[in-house]
Formats: sequence, C-alpha cells, structure tokens
Amino acid sequence: MTTVAAPATLSVRRGGRTSVWTGVGSGVVVLVLAYLPYLVTTSVTGTIVTFLELLAMSVMWNLLAGYAGLVSIGQQAYVGLGAYAVLQLSDWGVQPFLGVFLAAAVCAVIALPTSLLAFRLRGDYFAVGTWVIAEVYHLLLSRDSALGGGSGRALTTLSDFDPVVRQAITYWVALAVCALCVLGCYLLLRSRLGLALTAVRDNEIAAGSTGVAVGRAKRLVYLVASAGAGATGGVILVSQLNVAPDSIFSVQYTAYMIFIVVVGGIGTLEGPILGAIIFVVIQQLFADFGVWYLILLGVLAIAVAIWLPRGLWGTFSHWSGVRLFSVGYSVRGLDDRRRNGT
Amino acid sequence: MTDLLTLSGLTVHHGQLAALTDLDLALAEGTTLAVIGANGAGKTTLLRTIAGTHRPTTGTITFAGQDVTAMPAHRRAAEGIRLVPEGRRLFPSLTVEENLLAGAYRTRKGPWDVPAVVELFPWIGERKRQSARQLSGGEQQAVAIGRALMGNPRLLLLDEISLGLAPLVVGQLYQALPRIMAGGTTVLLVEQDVSQALRTADRVLCLLEGRTVLSGTPAELTAERIESAYFGLTRTGGTS
Amino acid sequence: MVWVNAIVQGLLLGGLYALFACGLSLMFGVMRIVNLAHGDIAVLGSFLAYSIIAATPIGVLGATLIVLPVFAAFGYLVQSGLLSPALRVGPLSTLLATFGLSIVIQNALQQGYTGDTRALDVGSLISASLRITGQISVAYLSLITFALAVVVLAALQLFLSRTGTGRIMRATADDPEAATLSGANPRHVYGVATALAFVTVALAGLMFGMQSSFSPSIGPTRLLFAFEAVVIGGLGSLWGTLLGGMVLGLAQSLGAQYDPAFTLLAGHIIFLAVLAFRPQGLIPARRTA
Repeated sequence: MTTVAAPATLSVRRGGRTSVWTGVGSGVVVLVLAYLPYLVTTSVTGTIVTFLELLAMSVMWNLLAGYAGLVSIGQQAYVGLGAYAVLQLSDWGVQPFLGVFLAAAVCAVIALPTSLLAFRLRGDYFAVGTWVIAEVYHLLLSRDSALGGGSGRALTTLSDFDPVVRQAITYWVALAVCALCVLGCYLLLRSRLGLALTAVRDNEIAAGSTGVAVGRAKRLVYLVASAGAGATGGVILVSQLNVAPDSIFSVQYTAYMIFIVVVGGIGTLEGPILGAIIFVVIQQLFADFGVWYLILLGVLAIAVAIWLPRGLWGTFSHWSGVRLFSVGYSVRGLDDRRRNGT
Repeated sequence: MTDLLTLSGLTVHHGQLAALTDLDLALAEGTTLAVIGANGAGKTTLLRTIAGTHRPTTGTITFAGQDVTAMPAHRRAAEGIRLVPEGRRLFPSLTVEENLLAGAYRTRKGPWDVPAVVELFPWIGERKRQSARQLSGGEQQAVAIGRALMGNPRLLLLDEISLGLAPLVVGQLYQALPRIMAGGTTVLLVEQDVSQALRTADRVLCLLEGRTVLSGTPAELTAERIESAYFGLTRTGGTS
Repeated sequence: MVWVNAIVQGLLLGGLYALFACGLSLMFGVMRIVNLAHGDIAVLGSFLAYSIIAATPIGVLGATLIVLPVFAAFGYLVQSGLLSPALRVGPLSTLLATFGLSIVIQNALQQGYTGDTRALDVGSLISASLRITGQISVAYLSLITFALAVVVLAALQLFLSRTGTGRIMRATADDPEAATLSGANPRHVYGVATALAFVTVALAGLMFGMQSSFSPSIGPTRLLFAFEAVVIGGLGSLWGTLLGGMVLGLAQSLGAQYDPAFTLLAGHIIFLAVLAFRPQGLIPARRTA
C-alpha cells in the first residue's frame, strides 16, 4: 500500500513569465518605433511602413487561414476596397488619415454579404472563389471613372502637408493600424471566440456538436480580417499617394501574405512577425536582381509548405515549447499530481 | 506442405500503443486459419500488417519464401495477398461489375474471373450494372470477397465478414468458403463469431492484447479453454 | 443578327474553356487538388511551342506533337516530386505548393521571355473562316478548338469508364486504400491523372496561343476561367465542364457585345449567380464529395 500525500491543487493559467516579458517587450518596441521618425531618414521609415503594411495584412490572413481554417486567395479585394474607400471618403471631405480607420468599417460591411456567397464553397474551391470575387470588385471599381477608372487616380488632399510631416503621420498611422491588427488578433484569440476557433480548426464537426456556432465564428473572423486588410489598403494609398486598380487588387498581395505566414509559421501569432522580417530583408537584399527574388520566394514557400509545414517559428516553438504570446491555457499542478500517484 | 506465410517476432504499434507484441505465426499453404479474440485484441491490425497497409515496428513477414516486410501493399496484392477489409469498402461510384474488374487490375493466373464469381454468388449475374451504393450489407460483402478473388490470390485475408450482418446472410457467405478453399487458396480469417470460426477453420488462433494466448485445431480446443483464453481469465494477479 | 453571331462565338469559345477546365476537373476529382498553377502550365506550353517554332523549321503542328508528350512527362514528375509530398502533409500544403509553383513559373517565364506578348504562327489559318449566313461566320480555328474539346472530353470519358487504368483511377478517387488492396499504386494513378491534366491544359494553351496573343502573366486568368467553367457545369462531371465552358463563353461574348469592358465581369457575374442560386452546378455530381 502506498502512502498518498495531500492532493496538489490544480489551477488553470493563461500565461506565464514569458508572456509578461513579451507584453513589456512589445510595448517597448512600439514606443521605440513610434519615436523613429525623429531619429532616422524618411527612406528608413518608408521601408518600415512597407514592413508594417505587410505584417498587418499577413496577421489578418493568418487569422483567417491559420485559426479559422479559411484559406482565401482573395484578401486583396479588401486591400483594394479599403484604398478606394479612403479615396472616395477624401472626395467627400474626410481627412484621409481618419479615412483609413473608417475604411476598415466599410470593408467589414462589404464583407458581410460577400461572405454569404463565398461561404457556399469549401476548401480549395473557397480559395479560388474568393479570388474570383476579388476580381469582380477589381473590375467594378475599374469602371468607376470618378475614381480614376482603369488607370486609377492620385490622392490630392494631403498636398497641403509638409512632405516630412506627412510621411511621419503616415508612418504613425501605419504603426497604429499594424499594432491594432496584432493586438486585435491577440485579444480575439484569447477570448471565447479564440477557443472556439481552435476547436473548429481541430475538428469542425466535433466543435459544432459541442455547441460552437461554427458558421458565426468563421463569419466574424472573416469580417475582422477584411477590416484589417481594408485599413492596410488605406495605409497603402496614403503612403503611395495614388492608386491603380490593377496593382491594388493584385493577387500579388496575397502571394506576399501567404509567403510571410507560411514561412514564419501558420497558426501562430509570432510566425507572421518573423515571416515579415524575413520577407523585407530578402526584398531589400535582392531588389536589384529583378524577378529572381520572387522565384526564390516561391521556391522557399514550396519547400517550407512541404518540409517544414509549421514554418520557422512554428517548428521552433513546437520543439522548444516556447510561446511569446499566450493565447492558450495551461494546467498547473498536474506534474505534482502525477508524482504523488493520484 | 510448406508454410505460405510466416510471421516472426512481429510487433506493431498504433502511435504509442502496441497493438501486436512479438507475434509468431506459421500458415501452411492450402489450410484455413481463424483468428479470434475480443475487440482490441489486435486482429484487424494483424490482417492489415500482413496486407501491407500497416507497417510493423519490428519483426518479419515471409510470404511464399520471400521477405515482404518492406514491400508496399499494392505490390503484395500483385504477389497474391488479398485482403477483404473490415467494412467491405466497395468503390461507391463504380458498379458491381466494375468493382469486380477493379479487383482484377493486377491479377495472377487462376480460375477466378467474373463468370466464376457469378457462379459463386449467382445473384450478382442480374445486378452487375447496379451501383455498388445500392447493395445491402450482405451483398456488398459478397462483392468485396469477389473483388479480392478476381486477383486470384494465394492468400485470402477475410476481416470480420460477419460484422453487421444477419445470421442467415453470414451462413450464405460462409457456404461459399469451401469453393474458395477448393481452388487452392489459403485463407486467414478474422471472426467475432467463435462457433463459425470453429466450424470453418483447420486451425484457430486466439489473440489477447496483441499476443497469442491459445492455438490449436478445433478438435483440441474445448469451450472452456477458448473462453478463458478469450477473456484472459487464466492470467495471475487479476487486473493490473 | 449581330447578337446571334455573339451567341455562336460564345458557344464556340466554350470549347476552349472546356479544354482548359477538364484537366482541373480531373485533378480535383481524383486527388482533391485544385492546381493553382493550372493556367500557368498552359502558358508554359504556349511558350515552349513558341520557342520550338522559333528555333526549328517544324511549325505549329510539329511543335504540338513535341509539347504534348513533354507535358505528360512533366505532369507525372510534378505529381511525384511536388504534389505527393505535399498531399502527405495536408490539404493546405497542396494549395500552397501549387500557388508557389504558379509564382515560380510566371516569374521564370517573365525572366526568360520578358513581358512582351507572343503568338503562335498558324499562317493563313488565323483568318480563315466558314461563312454560315450573311452576317455569321465562324473561324476555322474556333471550330477546330471546339471539335478538339469534344474529342478530348469523349476520350477522357471513355478512358475513365472503359479502361482498367481509368477504372482504377475512379476507384482510387473513391477510396485510395481499398484501391491499394487491389494492387493499385496510388502514386502512379495520381501521376497518370496529373499527366493527363497537363496534356489537356497544354493543348488548351496551344490552341489559345494560335488564336490570341499570350504573355507570362495571363496564367491566373486562365485558371479562373477553368475554375468558373467547372463550377458552373458542376463538380464531378466531365460533360458538365463542356456545358459550363459554353455558358461562360456565352456570358462573356454577350457581355462583350454590350460593352467590351464588360466581358470578364459578365462571366464572373454568371459564376456568382450559379454560386448563389445553384451551387451544385448545372449537372450535379451524384456522388457526395
């Protein structure tokens, strides 16, 4: 007969020491980034704006594909719609920097009826279907001559600003949009919706049978992702100062999102950050070699998809158990129980 | 008579669970072996490992003098090992006849072709063009057996053909077995119905938690011996 | 009258679209893979033919006879080297792998041939046409393409229903493991399916290249047309693909007649309408996905 010690109590924790450091660290990073316009040239902040745009888009795509299981090749629809929303709003007298945030709401509104159509398809067919829908928005907006028709238009209402000031404000808006996207994702995943999504991702039918409103959860995520993509489109317009339908609705954006998320680590919050850094580094290094860097990215994406499906961060995290952003639950005290034999 | 199939030291895992542990088995050509045992004893895993759809962790499988342990399932099927899988698994978008013909995709020389299968199960003759989806459980089982026979196998593996079927239908299926065995095919069958297994087989093997606990001819095995082996009542110390 | 002409042109265009689509349909039916590089494979075929014609005295027909077997082998290799490993990982991986392949092909073509448009020279055949009535004439190339589409679809249908390999391909699509038990090597079966898909889409690319100009970046649009034709026609039916292609071609042709800028949009709208009101397509598959 074995003697049994008093049973250890079990507790459920959301995060540990690492996640506290991450929270503090993230805050510091954002503050440092916010201060940068005072320290560095506009070409540096310009590169960082590109990074922030890509990161925001990718975090949203990761939310859709990695957490809700909705692999879309049509998110560029909302990038374009967001940009055009800012343009139209500016025609109506709305300050473009404010318009960026309104564009997010506009895209969420458009995304609702769009999802009713798109969700009729599943899996790979959903992916291509979203692409077709993006093309429809592309073609529709190309027909609007007030907004520039097929060749696009410039955003003129920011010409009163001093260029350095304008670029600084653009930078801060980009930083705000990106930070909101990442923060929004984090909060969403920590919420009940996040738990529901993990269940849906693992086994949709089982999740439905335990009471998870699968359809509603997915739709909500689709709306959030579209809003995020829309805001990013607005940022792109504000930073480029002009928009052309062929480029703002280009599937190239989705290619970037996919690369960043897949290489970084799909289904993790840290993955897209790592992926975006890698992407921008490669882009800067190989900018002079024409389209070779795109071929390199394509090959890299294929290789990672097949041989390292968890991505770089995901593989590391899986192997080491390290998680910077605590979106899961851990049970403390279980090891003690095992040791006591209860 | 040489052994057609030899298993030696076979250990098979499902993830971390050992489904079969250190199993030895020898099956002489032209004989019929029945494997019985409770659910989870490892019977289906045994058949799937012999057929090649499951890889053993350690051990060897020798078939017709050849080591087939590393041979992929589709090649074992071509070599003459045919499994009639648990749950029948006919091809739903194919007709009855097409299912049979699919079984002949890789075939050896032998007596089994569509007319021969129709002779075995006469009702198939009129319903050749019907979709496999429209068949009843017993009919599907018959076609599944026919599909495996179309490959003219040397070794036929039958996984619980009585599962989910009415006794009358099971009886009809088992009536077909002597014809199959008469053609020279060696049969290894897994069966829940112990009395059916005793009636049909030359030798019986009882598995419990992945190990052999009893083996012998139906004549040698009394009901008590089978019962205690089946449920593991002969182990000392009670439950762990 | 000019509308009747548009209808005829649209229906014939459907043949070309069906030719683009049947490979996509086959790959999805057998392997559950949507090949995102599907359109780019067609464009690759056009460029290969272009280079062969430029470098040798063979001409279009000879180039076709070279390109098709090359693409059959290419398809088999892509299957075993890229798609099989991706399939083993999971459904997302095949999507990503084919997407990556699409990017690689487009940019490699861009690098090798620049963005300029090319065309395959068929001599006088390009303008030869059959006059049906006073106002309606159909180009011989359109007729040939449509006829080819019908022949290819019929051949595929016969292959699937009458031959041993075709039968085992359908069996493997139903239940790969049970097919293995009958002696089928799933990798080989998938390889054959991919080879067939690549051959048909290369043929589509060649026929397209004879009638219009092409450039490295038009692949994705071909993929979208193929996809729309498959969905409109109904997943899982080869003849549905022809019907879907014809509906798409008709929509585009009538749209173009109304306003040339409306061409593509008309097709997309019909696609979305089918998606909204009859998602199973015009000829629904009897088997559940």
